[in-house]
Amino acid sequence: MRWLRKNLIPIIGILVLVYLFIPIAVVAVLSFNKPAGKFNIAWNEFSLSAWQNICGVPGVCGSFVTSLEIGLLATLVGTIFGTMIAFALVRYRFRGRSTTNLLIFLPMATPEVVLGSSLLALFLNLAFPLGFWTVVIAHIMFIISFVVVAVKARLQGMDPRLEEAARDLYADARSTFRHVTFPLVLPGILGAALLGFSLSFDDYIISAFNAGTLVTFPIYIWGAAQRGIPVQVNALATLVFVIALTIVLVSQFINYRRRRMLEAGMSAD
Amino acid sequence: MDASGDVQDLHLLDLTKAFGDFVAVDDLTLTIPAGSFFALLGPSGCGKTTTLRMVAGLEDPTQGQILLGETDITHEKPYKRHVNTVFQSYALFPHLDIFENVAFGLRRRGIKNVEPQVTAMLELVELGPLARRKPAQLSGGQQQRVAVARALINQPGVLLLDEPLGALDLKLRRQMQIELKRIQTEVGTTFVHVTHDQEEAMTMADTVAVMNKGRIEQMGAPIDIYDLPQTSFVANFLGQSNLLSGSVNSGGDVLEVSAQGQRFGVPSNRSVVTSGDIVIGVRPEKLSLAAAGEQVADGRNAIPGRVTDASFTGVSTQYLVMTPWDAEWVVFEQNRASAIMRPGDEVTIHWEVRHTFGLAPAEAV
Ligand SMILES: Nc1ncnc2c1ncn2[C@@H]1O[C@H](COP(=O)(O)OP(=O)(O)OP(=O)(O)O)[C@@H](O)[C@H]1O
Ligand SMILES: [Mg+2]
Repeated sequence: MRWLRKNLIPIIGILVLVYLFIPIAVVAVLSFNKPAGKFNIAWNEFSLSAWQNICGVPGVCGSFVTSLEIGLLATLVGTIFGTMIAFALVRYRFRGRSTTNLLIFLPMATPEVVLGSSLLALFLNLAFPLGFWTVVIAHIMFIISFVVVAVKARLQGMDPRLEEAARDLYADARSTFRHVTFPLVLPGILGAALLGFSLSFDDYIISAFNAGTLVTFPIYIWGAAQRGIPVQVNALATLVFVIALTIVLVSQFINYRRRRMLEAGMSAD
Repeated sequence: MDASGDVQDLHLLDLTKAFGDFVAVDDLTLTIPAGSFFALLGPSGCGKTTTLRMVAGLEDPTQGQILLGETDITHEKPYKRHVNTVFQSYALFPHLDIFENVAFGLRRRGIKNVEPQVTAMLELVELGPLARRKPAQLSGGQQQRVAVARALINQPGVLLLDEPLGALDLKLRRQMQIELKRIQTEVGTTFVHVTHDQEEAMTMADTVAVMNKGRIEQMGAPIDIYDLPQTSFVANFLGQSNLLSGSVNSGGDVLEVSAQGQRFGVPSNRSVVTSGDIVIGVRPEKLSLAAAGEQVADGRNAIPGRVTDASFTGVSTQYLVMTPWDAEWVVFEQNRASAIMRPGDEVTIHWEVRHTFGLAPAEAV
C-alpha cells in the first residue's frame, strides 16, 4: 500500500502516456505489416515494402503533397492576416472593434459541418470554381481565428513599458516594432502558426465540402478506408510523426544545453 | 564624445498634465541644475511618475514647457531627446541578454563598434561577468544595475530614475543608494531621482523637491528643508514634527505666540507668518524632557505632559508624551541624560526657541 501511494503519480502518468501513444504505435507497427486481405488491421507478416515504395499506390503521395501545399499556404496567409488583426484589435480603438472581437471567435465556435456547408453555398452562389483555392480560402478563415486569439493574448500580456523603454532608448516606431515588439510576440505567432498548420493538414469536413474534385490527404484516406487503406498511408503517417518528434527533441536538447551552459557560467562567478 | 554628452540645466515651466478633469501635475515650475542629484519626493499618486514621463516624452503635457539648456523639448519625440529613463519596474528587454540590453541605445543610434563602451559600462556597474545572461537570470539588485547601465551608456543630458530602488529589500537599498551616488559622481550627469522614501531622498540628493497633489510644496537642500519646513505637509512628510496651533501676540525678532494658554517664542525669520494665526512646530530630536517639578532654564519653550510610551533603541530613547490638550508629541532623547523616563511619569517637554519654526495655519493638519 505504502509503495503504491508513493508511486501513484508516476504510475498514472505512465498509464496516460500509454493511452495516448498506443494508437500511434499501432499505426507505426502496422506500417511494417503485409496485410493478409484488403484491410490492414491484423498483424500478418513483416514487410518493408510500404516503406521502400512509399508512393507506390496511386494518389497517396499526390494527396499528401496537396495537403502540405494547402497547409503551408493557408498558414502563411492566415498568420499574416491574423497577426495584423490582433495588433489592430489590441492597439487601436476604432468603430466596430468589439464586434470584430466577437466575430473572430465565430469560426472556432461554429460546428465545422455548418462552416463547411455555408462556405460551399457561398462559393456556389458566386459561381466560384471549387478546388485548391476554395480549400485554401476556407482554411485561411479558421486559421486567422486561432492566430488572432493567440497573438492577442501575447500582446495584451506584454508590459507596455518595454516599448516605452525602447522609445526612450532612441528607437523610433519602426525599430521599436522590429527589435522589441515583434521578437516578443513571435513565440505566440509561431505557436499559432503551428497549430493552424496541423488543423489545416488534418481537416476533413470543411475541405470535403469545398474541395470539388480535389483530393487532400484526409479526403484520400477517408475514401480509401472504404476499400482498405494501403499500408503506405501508415508509413507516411509514421514518417510525419517521426519528423515532428525529431523537431521537438532537437529544440528540447538545444534548450537543455543552453541552460546547462548558463548554470555552469553562474557557478563560475 | 557626441553632443548628448553635454550636461545642461533642465527647466520645467508651468508644466501641467490633466487626465480628463483630474490634474495630476499642477503648474510645476522648477529648475534642476546641470550635474546635480535631484530628488523628487512625494507620497504615492502625487504625480512624480507623470512628471518624469513628460520629461522623457512618454506623456504629452497639457500645458507648459520643458527646456533642456536652451532647447525646447516639450513636444520632441522621446527617441530624439537626450534624456534616458530607469523605469520603476526596470523594463529590461526579456528577449535580449544583458550585453544587448545595454547596447540597445547605441545600436539604435547607429553606432557600429559598441563593444568597448558596453564593456566599460558593465564594468562601471560591476556586471562584467554576467554579460551573456538574460534579465530573468539576474537578482533584483543586478537587474536594477542593468537598467541604470542601459540608460547611462547613452550619456544623456538628464537621467530620470523612477523609484529605482523600490523593489529592493532594505539592506540592498542602502547599498544601491551608495552605489548610485558613486556612479553619479563618476559620470557627472544630472540625476532626477523619484522616490517616496524621505530618508533615501535626504541621503542621496543635493536638492530635494517635496511634491504633494501635483504641486511642489518646498524645494532646497535636504538639511535646509529638514531644519525649516515651510508647510505642515513637508514638516510631517520629511521626518517627523510636533505641531501646535496658536496666535501671534507680538512681533519683533522673536515672535511671542500664545497657544493652549501658554507662551512660546518663535524666531520671526523662521516663521512663514508674523501675525495672526500660526502653527508652531519643532522636530522631535530638538526636544528634552525634565521631570515635572524640575526647573527648566529661562527662555526655553516648555509644555507639560505625561509619558505614554518609551522605547529604548540603544543610542536614543523615543518617547510619546501626551499633552494636556490630548496631542501626542514625539521626543527623541539621546541616552546621555541621567534618568530614563517611564510611561506614566509627569514631565516637562522643553526646547530652545531657535529650534522652533512657524507655519501658516491654513496648512495645518
Ligand atoms: N493614464 C492615466 N490616466 C488617468 N489618470 C492617471 C494616468 N496616469 C496617472 N494618473 C493619475 O495621476 C496621478 C499621479 O500618478 P503618478 O503615476 O504620477 O503618481 P506617482 O507620484 O508616481 O505615484 P507612485 O509613488 O505610486 O508611483 C494618480 O492619481 C494617477 O491615478
Ligand atoms: Mg510612480
